[in-house]
Amino acid sequence: MSGKTLYDKLWNSHLVQQRDDGSALIYIDLQLLHEVTSPQAFEGLRLAGRKPWRVSSSLATPDHNVPTTKKERISGVDGIADPVSKIQVITLDDNCNEFGITEFNMKDIRQGIVHVVGPEQGATLPGMTVVCGDSHTSTHGAFGALAHGIGTSEVEHVLATQCLVQKKSRNMLVRVDGELSPWVSAKDVVLAIIGAIGTAGGTGYAIEFGGTGIQSLSMEGRMTVCNMAIEAGARVGLIAVDDTTIEYVKGRPYAPKGEHWDMAVEAWKDLVSDKDAQFDEVVVLKAEDIKPQVTWGTSPEMVIAIDEPIPRPEDQKDPVKKEGYARAWKYMGLEGKTMLGDVTLDRVFIGSCTNSRIEDLRIAAQVVKGRKVASTLKQAIVVPGSGLVKAQAEKEGLHEIFEAAGLEWREPGCSMCLAMNADKLGAGEHCASTSNRNFEGRQGFGGRTHLVSPAMAAAAAIAGHFVDVNEFVKH
Amino acid sequence: MRPFTKHTGLAAPLDLANVDTDMIIPKQFLKSIKRTGFGKNLFDELRYEDEGQPDQECDGRPIRKDFVLNQDRYKGASVLLARQNFGCGSSREHAPWALDDYGFRSIIAPSFADIFYNNCFKNGLLPIVLQAEEVDQLFAEVALREGAQVIVDLENQTVTSPSGATFEFNVDNFRKHCLLNGLDDIGLTLQQDSAIRRYEEKRMNDAPWLFLPRGQ
Repeated sequence: MSGKTLYDKLWNSHLVQQRDDGSALIYIDLQLLHEVTSPQAFEGLRLAGRKPWRVSSSLATPDHNVPTTKKERISGVDGIADPVSKIQVITLDDNCNEFGITEFNMKDIRQGIVHVVGPEQGATLPGMTVVCGDSHTSTHGAFGALAHGIGTSEVEHVLATQCLVQKKSRNMLVRVDGELSPWVSAKDVVLAIIGAIGTAGGTGYAIEFGGTGIQSLSMEGRMTVCNMAIEAGARVGLIAVDDTTIEYVKGRPYAPKGEHWDMAVEAWKDLVSDKDAQFDEVVVLKAEDIKPQVTWGTSPEMVIAIDEPIPRPEDQKDPVKKEGYARAWKYMGLEGKTMLGDVTLDRVFIGSCTNSRIEDLRIAAQVVKGRKVASTLKQAIVVPGSGLVKAQAEKEGLHEIFEAAGLEWREPGCSMCLAMNADKLGAGEHCASTSNRNFEGRQGFGGRTHLVSPAMAAAAAIAGHFVDVNEFVKH
Repeated sequence: MRPFTKHTGLAAPLDLANVDTDMIIPKQFLKSIKRTGFGKNLFDELRYEDEGQPDQECDGRPIRKDFVLNQDRYKGASVLLARQNFGCGSSREHAPWALDDYGFRSIIAPSFADIFYNNCFKNGLLPIVLQAEEVDQLFAEVALREGAQVIVDLENQTVTSPSGATFEFNVDNFRKHCLLNGLDDIGLTLQQDSAIRRYEEKRMNDAPWLFLPRGQ
C-alpha cells in the first residue's frame, strides 16, 4: 500500500462517519466568523431553537464591511456611515454576545481580516480543520491544516453539529523547484501557478504546494500562496509542516503551552506527505522561470510576466477562450496597448487577506522609501490586515514612510479587495492591487483590477504605471 | 427546504464561460442580513446599465437589452443553461439565494466551481453537470424555438431536451435523497450525535490541546 498524502492524513484524523455514497462527516476544530456570511446562519439556529455545539471552537471578527478611515473608525461601530453595513456589523456583535462566541470587535486591537487574525493569534494550528464562510479560508492550509471555504448553510451546520458534510477531494501536488529570483514573491509564485493550470485547474482537488521554492517561503509567504488556491479552483491549499511552521506558532496567544506544546509539536511533525504518497496529478514549475506577474484581464488566470506582451484574442485557438479574451480586452480598455506598462494607473491598493501582513508592508515601504507617488495617481492606500499588524508597522515607522511618499495609511479591514465599504474604484479606473480577484466589478462598478505583489504595487505607485520592480529598485 | 423531484420549465441560455459569483450577485447586496430578496439583483451588472444599490427599486432602472434574461422570450425561465466553471470565485451563498429568488430551479453546465455547486443543494436548487456536447445541443435547441422547455428529472437523473433527447447526469446519493425529500441536513447530522461525541472523546485523548479553553 502506498503512503499517505498530507491531505489524506488530515482527512482521516477528522473523519467522524463515512457514508456509502462517498460523502462523509468530518469534524471541525475551528470556525472563523465574520459579519457578511454569518447573520443568516445565526438566524437559522434561532429559528430551529438550536445552540452551538462547542462555542470555544468559534472566533469572530468584523472585516468585510468595516470602514478604514480614522474619521469613521474613531467611534467604533457607531461611526460606520453606511447604515446597511452598520446593521450587519452590529448583528455580528449581537449574535456573538447572545451565543457566547469570542469576538474581536471594532474597538479591539486584535480586530482584522479573519485570515490574518486566526494565524496571528495562534487560533489556527497545524493539523486542525478550519472553516469560514469565505473562500479564502484556504489561507490556513499554510499551517498544514485542512481549511475549507464554506457557504452560509454550512456555517450554520458547523455551528450546530461541529461537523461538515464533505466528499473527499483528489490529491494534486504543485511543486516549485529551485530558487526564486530577487524581488519575486509568494504572490508571483501563486499567480504563475494559476496562469499555468487555470482557474478551474484545481477544481475537485486539494492542492499541496511543495518543492524548495515553497519551502523557502516564510509563513506569511506560504499563507499568500494557499490563500489563492481557490483562484485555481481548489477549495483546499496545503503546505507541509516544518520548523518554519512550528517557529511561527510558538508563543502565540492561543497556541498550546507547556506539556501540551511538546505533545502538539510531536504530533505536528507527522503532517507531511509520505515519501511514497501517490498524487492524482503533479504539476512542476521552475522557480527560476517565475518573473514578477501582473494580471491583464478579468480572471486571475489572465496573467503574464511584466516583460511579456498582452495576449490578444485573435491569437487564441479555443473559441471559448477567444471570446473570453475579447470580452476582457473590452472591459479592461486595452485597445491600442501592447504591454501592461502602457496602462496608466488611477489607484493603488496594498492590502487584503492575500497581502496585508507585516512582511508585505515592509517590502512595500522599502520600495517607496524616499520616493513620491506619481502625480497622475488619484489615490494609493495601504490597509494593514489587523490592528496588531498596524501597531507593528507603526512601531517600525512604516506608516511614516508611506505617508511621506504620498500613500494613505488606513485602519484594518478587507477594504478595496471587494469594495463593500467606501474604498472602491470608479468606472474605467485601473488599479494595481495586491488582492486576489480581478473579476468585472470586483473593486467597484466598471473598475479595472490588475493583481500584483506588494513590491510591484509599490513600484507602480511611484511610476504611475507597471514596471519591473527588479529594474525599478536599481534606479 | 423545498423538495426537488421533477421540473419542467423554460430554459434561458447564458452563453458565457467562468461566470463568477461577483457577476451573479455583486458585493453591495451582500450587506443584507436576510436570505431572501436577492432575485431583483441577480446578475445586476450584466442586467442593468447603472450601478445598483441595496434597497433600490429596480423597475425603472435602465436595462441592457441584449442580456438574455432581459429578452421577452426568456421571461419566466426556470432552468439556466450555462458554460464551464459556472459559479467560480467567492463562497457567498447569496449567489444560489439570488438564483432561487429569481425563480431558477436548476442550472445546467459542463462544469461548476466546487463551493457554488455545494451551496446550491442547500437551497433546493439542482446544479447538473452534462457533457460539453450535450450542453451545446441544449443551447442550440433552445435558440431554435421560442418557449422551448427542458425537463429535469432528479429521480431518474435525466434531462430531456426540447426535441426529446435524453441525457443522464450524476448526483451523490445523499444529496439526491435530501433534495428529493426537502430534508434539512442539520437535523440529519444531529441524528448522529453519538458518533460525533465518540469522535470528540477519542480526539480529546489524542490531541487535548485542541479542546482547552483559549490561551491555556
